[in-house]
Amino acid sequence: MSEGEANGAGAPILVVEDLRVAYDTLAGPAMAVDGVSFSLKAGERLGLIGESGSGKTTMAMALLRLIRAPGRIVKGRVLLDGRDILTMSVGELREARLRDIALVPQGAMSSLNPVMLLEEQIADGILAHAPRTPRAELARRIEALLRGVGLDPSVARKYPHQLSGGMKQRAVMAIATSMRPRVIVADEPTSALDVVVQRQVMQTLGRLQGGLGAAVVLIGHDMGLIAQFADVVGVMYAGKLVELAPVEEIIAAPRHPYTRLLIDSLPSIAAKKRLIGIPGLPPRLVDLPPGCSFAARCPYAFARCRTETPSLQSTGGNRSAACHLYPEAQALPPLGAASGEARP
Amino acid sequence: MTALIELVGVAKTYAAGFRQTTTALSDVTLTLSKDVPSTTAIAGESGSGKTTLARIMLGFIAPTRGEVRYRGKNVQRMSGAERRDFRREVQPIFQDPFDVFNPFYRIDHVLEIPVRRYRLAHSRSQAKALIEDALKRVGLRPQDTLGRFPHELSGGQRQRVMVARAVLLRPKLIVADEPVSMVDASLRATILDELRTLNRELGISIVYITHDLTTAYQICDNIVVLYQGHVAEAGSVERVIRDPRHPYTQLLVSSIPLPEAARSWGREEIKAEFAAPRASVGCRFAPRCPHALDVCWSELPPRFALEPDRLAACHLFRDLPLAPSADLAASFAPAEIPSPREAGRGLG
Amino acid sequence: MSGGLKGLRMKLAERRIGGVLILGLAILALIVLFSLVGPLFVDAHNAHVGAMTPRRPPSFDHWLGSDSQGRDMLTLLVYGTPNTLKMGLIAGIIGVGLGLVFGLVGGSLGGAIDTVIRVVADALLTVPAIAILVIIAGNLDRMSTNIMALVVASLSWMFTTRTIRAQVLSVRERAYIEVARANGESEWEILFREIMPNLMPFAVASFVGTVGSAILAVISLEALGLGALEETTLGNTIYWSQQSAAILRGYWWWWGPPIVVIALIFLGLFLTSVGFDRFANPRLANRA
Repeated sequence: MSEGEANGAGAPILVVEDLRVAYDTLAGPAMAVDGVSFSLKAGERLGLIGESGSGKTTMAMALLRLIRAPGRIVKGRVLLDGRDILTMSVGELREARLRDIALVPQGAMSSLNPVMLLEEQIADGILAHAPRTPRAELARRIEALLRGVGLDPSVARKYPHQLSGGMKQRAVMAIATSMRPRVIVADEPTSALDVVVQRQVMQTLGRLQGGLGAAVVLIGHDMGLIAQFADVVGVMYAGKLVELAPVEEIIAAPRHPYTRLLIDSLPSIAAKKRLIGIPGLPPRLVDLPPGCSFAARCPYAFARCRTETPSLQSTGGNRSAACHLYPEAQALPPLGAASGEARP
Repeated sequence: MTALIELVGVAKTYAAGFRQTTTALSDVTLTLSKDVPSTTAIAGESGSGKTTLARIMLGFIAPTRGEVRYRGKNVQRMSGAERRDFRREVQPIFQDPFDVFNPFYRIDHVLEIPVRRYRLAHSRSQAKALIEDALKRVGLRPQDTLGRFPHELSGGQRQRVMVARAVLLRPKLIVADEPVSMVDASLRATILDELRTLNRELGISIVYITHDLTTAYQICDNIVVLYQGHVAEAGSVERVIRDPRHPYTQLLVSSIPLPEAARSWGREEIKAEFAAPRASVGCRFAPRCPHALDVCWSELPPRFALEPDRLAACHLFRDLPLAPSADLAASFAPAEIPSPREAGRGLG
Repeated sequence: MSGGLKGLRMKLAERRIGGVLILGLAILALIVLFSLVGPLFVDAHNAHVGAMTPRRPPSFDHWLGSDSQGRDMLTLLVYGTPNTLKMGLIAGIIGVGLGLVFGLVGGSLGGAIDTVIRVVADALLTVPAIAILVIIAGNLDRMSTNIMALVVASLSWMFTTRTIRAQVLSVRERAYIEVARANGESEWEILFREIMPNLMPFAVASFVGTVGSAILAVISLEALGLGALEETTLGNTIYWSQQSAAILRGYWWWWGPPIVVIALIFLGLFLTSVGFDRFANPRLANRA
């Protein structure tokens, strides 16, 4: 049985508490991540979905404390197995990165050093944590890692430009899992890939994660992809987490209006229908209106929405949504019925 | 049927290294009608040749074999005036909303130049009116958009300006190369809906290049699926996408991540492209095909007509009759005639 | 850049015109001002041999003292600086002008013309300007600052050509060029209206670099005594001070000021070049 099952569903391995990250711009601070909290157990897969400007990439960077000026972490805790990443010493942080928590970054293809052989790059990570690893052992591990992501070991002696997009992505995943981390943060790992390669890469990630028993935070904008991979889905909008629920439930019956509209705007091959997007634009983070950030585009919005910011509250079971419709409502009313100032 | 644009036996090969050639596109014949505006999807992954096909259609590159005829005239041999008409009537929409604007100029530049060049207006005020009207058609407010630099607008807004530009010129054909792949999900639907409306209301034919079969299904009537430069399957979207027959199309459709609770991704490992040996003759897909026969490795499969509105290039169907014509459009479903209600619906 | 005054204010606000750029330009402006206004305050005759008591250290009447031939140092600086600057500017303008033309022609036309330009540029890049100047100096009776400027200019265009050519090749492939074609623009219009404006940052950066290396080349030559000895330039002043063993004899006011001015010129050029990078590339602007 995999490590994950051996550990059992015990204490959460990653706990994010009220994380806030601001970007200092000329027009004032923009809260790219504004009070996000969630927890993950070992072996669990969280999918964070959001569009551009939702703060999801900032979120990924913050989890590994990789935020650089003009961004800064304003508040919050990121507890990795009980230890707060945001307050660790630099030495502890260096050790924790890759060994306990690893990042598969966005644009992973350009994260590989173009002038180094693949095996050197994998070795780099391993040696940074275990500098005295003997060569034979290193070679053995590299080979095992490459096989683990479905690459032929001969790829080790190639340069990144000799590999295709999917291969580079897998190479990056091999590096990320080289120290058997407990948490993998994958930021849009398949963005520039074709749909078939994307499926292969995601399946590889799933296999890797299963073998390690690691928790995965998958960040993306493709609801379909997230739905196929994640166990729990978190929806981000304007820096806030607006809904959190298990994947089947959120697809079948979304609670937050944004989630609902997002799912509705996705084309399907079940039947031809009129494609309806979400009207308006996401708000500028430096210029957020008072109240709920989504109110301007929300078909269910009423007076309270424009003055009071809703907080993430439970809507039953292990679901939560940040919307003033709850806890009174049990579910979103049908779209036709919601208009004007109707308050349920 | 009078043809608007015809691709006749179009192929494109590139020299790659010493005495090697790569086939980007192999033998495509396609006719689009002038009388009935059509919506055609060209689908495939990277390396399929779909972008090459788009650029040949737009006249940006010349085919190695075959020719492109616009209103009966070979594009490569057009006179200056004919070329201008061609350029005006066949317009592109590109994928990258960042790269299509010259960063030195405001976005007005890309709208004003064609009005002047193609003499669409007789006075400045008329030009201004035309531009504002086009922007409003795509759901943008002229006062918020004009006068801005490209980096001041979001990706979605920029792409809409590009659609507005295409609308402005009232072309006969729009070739849209992955117009929404770099745009947020919630905005994609809006832009694609605009494209479909352009087709229904203004009678503009659309050729939609994409790797996303779901959007192809939504806005197009017919589709051509390419794999490494060869046509794998072609026909109406109802057939090809909802009931794919060619093994490659089946692989593509089954790999689409759908936001459905029941996971459609199977557990089986697909043979990756790099892991399989390259095919030099015969069907390009043979190395990865779960149903490959001996003949697939030695002979390129001809196109068989599976139904009146679908063809597939696959030896599995060798018992069926050959496709009626080299023209892919012969296996297309007729374009849907919009209902009066749909035709009258304006843009939001 | 387009945008006019409003654009200028916006760029200041975005910190694209940063402190570094302003400082660099200020230093250069100061030096130019010095050259332009200086002659109003000093008498040109003081730069001639025997104008005053030789070897005088700085005093109230003569702020920078005099050299061993009795020339007033301040006057020498006032007249020498613009001469040196002039040589750099001529080389800069001609060099970048030629570079722009060759780069544009080669990059956009391609083919045989491009190959010829490229090969010639690459070959000439290996020729050191100083060596050519030395040879010419050895064969001429009278060297002049104009000749020096022209020789340096003829060997300054290659780097700009390569830079501009590379940019043209890159810009040509951008999607907005294809959009321009779809908009009905002719190839000439595309070259001048679409491609050229995007080359401006590179042209300016090349200009600053070319001026700097040109000044360096002429000063090196002058310091060796191979310059236009009859004219007043900064480099010649250094040469004369060497000839009179000014360092050994402690006449710091002779060799010091020219070096300070030269250092300031290069500092100004360097800061402008670095600061301009931030201006031309907005993404660098908001980083701390």
